[in-house]
Amino acid sequence: MKPATVRQIHGWLLLTPAAILLIAFTHYPTVVTVIDSLFSKGSAIRPSHFVGLQNYQYLLDDPIFWKVLANNAWFALGTIPTSIALAIAMALLVNRAMPGRFLVRMAYFTPTILPMIAVANIWLFFYTPDIGLIDQILGWFGHAGHNWLGDPATVLPAIMVMTIWKEAGFFMIFYLAALQNIAPELQEAAQLEGASRWYYFRRVLFPLLMPTTLFVLINAVLNSFKLVDHLFVLTKGGPNNASNLLLYYIFETAFSYFDTNFAAALTVVLLALLAVMALLQFFVLDKRVHYR
Amino acid sequence: MRLSTSTTFRFSFVLETGAAWLLAIIWIAPLVYAFWASFHPAQYAVHFDLLAPLTLDNFRNALSQAPFARYTLNTFILVSSILVAQLVLCTLAAYAFSRYEFRGREIAFALVLVQLMITPEILIVENYGTLANLGLTDTILGIGLPYMASAFGIFLLRQTFKSTPKELEEAARLEGCGALGVLWRVYIPLARPTYLAYGLVSISHHWNNFLWPLVVSNSVNTRPLTVGLGIFGAPESGVNWSVISAATLISVAPLLIAFLLFQRQFVQSFMYAGIK
Repeated sequence: MKPATVRQIHGWLLLTPAAILLIAFTHYPTVVTVIDSLFSKGSAIRPSHFVGLQNYQYLLDDPIFWKVLANNAWFALGTIPTSIALAIAMALLVNRAMPGRFLVRMAYFTPTILPMIAVANIWLFFYTPDIGLIDQILGWFGHAGHNWLGDPATVLPAIMVMTIWKEAGFFMIFYLAALQNIAPELQEAAQLEGASRWYYFRRVLFPLLMPTTLFVLINAVLNSFKLVDHLFVLTKGGPNNASNLLLYYIFETAFSYFDTNFAAALTVVLLALLAVMALLQFFVLDKRVHYR
Repeated sequence: MRLSTSTTFRFSFVLETGAAWLLAIIWIAPLVYAFWASFHPAQYAVHFDLLAPLTLDNFRNALSQAPFARYTLNTFILVSSILVAQLVLCTLAAYAFSRYEFRGREIAFALVLVQLMITPEILIVENYGTLANLGLTDTILGIGLPYMASAFGIFLLRQTFKSTPKELEEAARLEGCGALGVLWRVYIPLARPTYLAYGLVSISHHWNNFLWPLVVSNSVNTRPLTVGLGIFGAPESGVNWSVISAATLISVAPLLIAFLLFQRQFVQSFMYAGIK
């Protein structure tokens, strides 16, 4: 055999172990999910059969589907801009010499390394009606207790606050890295020109941080679709689906209602949303390379 | 009267330092609170008293009500077996992508990157079916298997291998190294920072992973800490808050202690891995 052919074979051999697992748990199930979504739910009497787009018709008619999709959108809108703003503030606050900088930075970052389940356990008690920490504090000011997680109006905001607490410190480190690459001469020049610090932030710093913001933004949106762990502890998607999210609904549909074909249709929607995000990342984030 | 520049500067410095500390105290408060609750008797969980007696009863209760030692062992086996497999598989694949010319390489790489978006837990229904066919449900291997080939690891290592000077490889070849010898003697040692960064990210990700392990594991001998804690802390289990706090701390302690000891490496790894 020619040496080039041997190298071709070696290349593929090195790739094979990883390729088998990737195909088995990513590509193959993606294809099967799409196919499954076109079949009806099988039962002992009526085996599963091809129904075309019927599952998607059910899905469009399913109020819970629209509810969880809206929740996902609210959840992303409610958590991401606030987390990013806080992350920038944190990064600016600790990106300079100050007493206890190490401890402050650690305080911001620590929630990030905790599992969402542990975070949910801790926050569950804060939100407990009457005896929980939040109601205790509000009690000092004469407010009556409130069932934060049991009220459809407050359950999603309550979960958002917890998520912001967990994620802001994670985004902070990317801003810290970006700030370290910004030449200090810029700030000195702005000061000499008499620019206020807010002006400097708005016209110089924030635009320079834009690539980081885009990167964080897309990752945050992806995370908001993938992270549903806390629902298992806090609300189980309730009350009345007020806090349910798409991936949790898929889990419920498949493992509580055992309708894997409808779950497959829901998964296809999730895959389509992720694909849109992937394309955005590809086209928007690639620009940042040219930008630099 | 105008304040002198240095006075305004000092003022804003004090103000910002104060703001940084205030935010830090708010941020760490929930954890401090969990600490407080877990080391004090249950009746002090809701009112503070600096003189409240310290106790380890909550930890004793948590450990007697659920097998957290076993869960910790399961998590440890899970996380380390995933990491070892990832390091081997990703190294081989990244080496192929960075240093071998073969037909279909670009398409294969694009297909690998698909896993960055579509992680195994998104396809939870089909992947559970696959595991059932393999007879691997309720095994630690089954929990780990879908993660052992990691697009992220392949991507990071490929970047690193590509930036390794080719002259080093040629020198090693002249000394009689084969393809795997070059990988072992040249590429892997030079990629040490990437391995460290990837390893820390992988460990903390899989220590904390919940949804997929929840679906796959179904017994004490396979359940990782997160799943054990999820069952323990569920409101319907009726365990009191102080004991849940203690259990939560038991579950996060190993990773939290590692983080506190190697804080710099952790932060740098997350940064490095995110930016690449």
